[in-house]
Amino acid sequence: MTGLLRRPEVGAFVAAFGIFLYFSISTSAFLTPAGVATWLYSSSLFGIMAVAVALLMIGGEFDLSAGAMTGTTGLIVGIATTQWGLNVWLALVLALAAALLVGAFNAWLVTSTGLPSFIVTLATFFILQGLNLAVTKLLTGTVAIQGLGAVTGFDQARVLFGSSFPLFGMDVKISIVWWILLTALATWVLLRTRFGNWVFAVGGQAASARQVGVPVRRVKFGLFLTTAGAAWLVGMLQLFDVSTVQATTGIGQEFVYIICAVVGGCLLTGGFGSAIGASLGALIYGMALQGIVFAQWDSNWLKAFLGGMLLLAVLVNLWVRRQAGERS
Amino acid sequence: MTAAEPLGTAEPLGAAADARAPLLEVRGLGKSYGSVRALSGVTASIGAGEVLCVLGDNGAGKSTLIKVLAGAHGHTEGTLLAHGVEQHFGSPRDALSLGIATVYQDLALVPLLPVWRNFFLGAEETVGRGPFRRLAVARMRVTTRDSLATLGITLRDVDQPIGTLSGGERQAVAIARAVHFGAKLVILDEPTSALGVTQAGLVLRYIARARDSGLGIVFITHNPHHAWAVGDRFLVLNRGTSLGEFARDGITVDELTRLMAGGEELDALGPVLGRPASAGDAR
Repeated sequence: MTGLLRRPEVGAFVAAFGIFLYFSISTSAFLTPAGVATWLYSSSLFGIMAVAVALLMIGGEFDLSAGAMTGTTGLIVGIATTQWGLNVWLALVLALAAALLVGAFNAWLVTSTGLPSFIVTLATFFILQGLNLAVTKLLTGTVAIQGLGAVTGFDQARVLFGSSFPLFGMDVKISIVWWILLTALATWVLLRTRFGNWVFAVGGQAASARQVGVPVRRVKFGLFLTTAGAAWLVGMLQLFDVSTVQATTGIGQEFVYIICAVVGGCLLTGGFGSAIGASLGALIYGMALQGIVFAQWDSNWLKAFLGGMLLLAVLVNLWVRRQAGERS
Repeated sequence: MTAAEPLGTAEPLGAAADARAPLLEVRGLGKSYGSVRALSGVTASIGAGEVLCVLGDNGAGKSTLIKVLAGAHGHTEGTLLAHGVEQHFGSPRDALSLGIATVYQDLALVPLLPVWRNFFLGAEETVGRGPFRRLAVARMRVTTRDSLATLGITLRDVDQPIGTLSGGERQAVAIARAVHFGAKLVILDEPTSALGVTQAGLVLRYIARARDSGLGIVFITHNPHHAWAVGDRFLVLNRGTSLGEFARDGITVDELTRLMAGGEELDALGPVLGRPASAGDAR
């Protein structure tokens, strides 16, 4: 029992393996190099955000604005370069600064008012969603920005965010490398640094953490800034992959990130979870998303599948907490 | 010995204790919050390897005394001496720097976090520098295991979530943590009150072990039997004032109980609470 308790990602690992086997056997395209590259790419975009969101959830908070923020950052770069002729690198920095500002605003509001982050970031989510559409339309007259490929310096930045390289016959997109690196980094930070220890403590029992000298407010700021930074990265990865950006990009994905984190073993109440688990959650989602296409099912089944996975994960989590909370 | 008498009048405490300066001593200590006098006239001392039990009913002034000793609130009357030097604590940090640590009832633990991570929370040991600075995991695990072993607790696994330990064991982790981080004197705020008989017994055993290892302990409780089991001296509080500090051979557990419960007040209640003999005839 305690062995399982310490491994939040065990359930997600079993589920990921099962789904992998299922689609590998039932469809012919799933295990081809092109197929693998497709679902890995899909998983990577969700995975980067899910890892950041998982850290935040372990620290006891939510960020519903994360999805819309991937759109906001992409739009800022798109408008700044195509409309104002700003240098691509400068536009990248501008978008990052904007994302961090929103993250800091979320953190400031949550830590200084004590309001639930669910409500605070729900508000910023809607504000961003509105701004994304309204401002884009105001400045460009449309709700999509195109023609980024013609911007000078685009190809240089593309190396970092939109390139790909061949490996085992696959065309591996660079976002997969980002995803793996960030998952490893997040795991190391969580389990092997003081900050990571504080994240668990702040989410598990903030009052106790404060009593022993953990800077609770600073930890929460760090976590909100991390999700904002991740949203910027995912925004860039999407932007430079297709060189267009829609004003509706990212809307509705905030819950997918949370679901990935929960499927990966994060408790909704904080204090427990893992980065690897969140990555596995994203892998499950990515495989199901593409697997359903390969199997030529109606893609509407995906949402039902997602709901089922979430329910199952929450029940497993409940059991975990009962085991640990039994005597406390 | 007919009745319990306050120390200093009938039973001067042994000269042995005076040979070295006590870890903590208070004389005529009092605390007022504005015009409200929450505590007054407390005289007591506590040396290394001793257990001072502070007894009192709810509202007797126990928590005020803890707050003053822990440094959370400064005293407004009397004197407080640590290691023989007069002090006036401005914050818990002042008390901590003199080796006086307080273990509160909530223990400041995070249930889902492994034992060793709880033990070092907020004071984690690290190795390496710059971006490679990381937790000294192996060292912290060993230290945690050894510290707990001193109190007589052998854990199968210091990686288990602390929420899976029993109430008594968690209390011991909190004590061991205080000692590891330099406490010479530990103030325990009602460590047995939320526990069942077995677990309370376990905590008393840990207190005895800690005492034997040379720690000074202030044990706050409202249970005279728990106090009697480990106490060297007993400070009884009632309605914000001290009823005296008693040495173990200057008082019995029954007298302690009676004193704590309010003595005469309880006697006076007797006739009121007793069943009227003619209750049935009244109809």
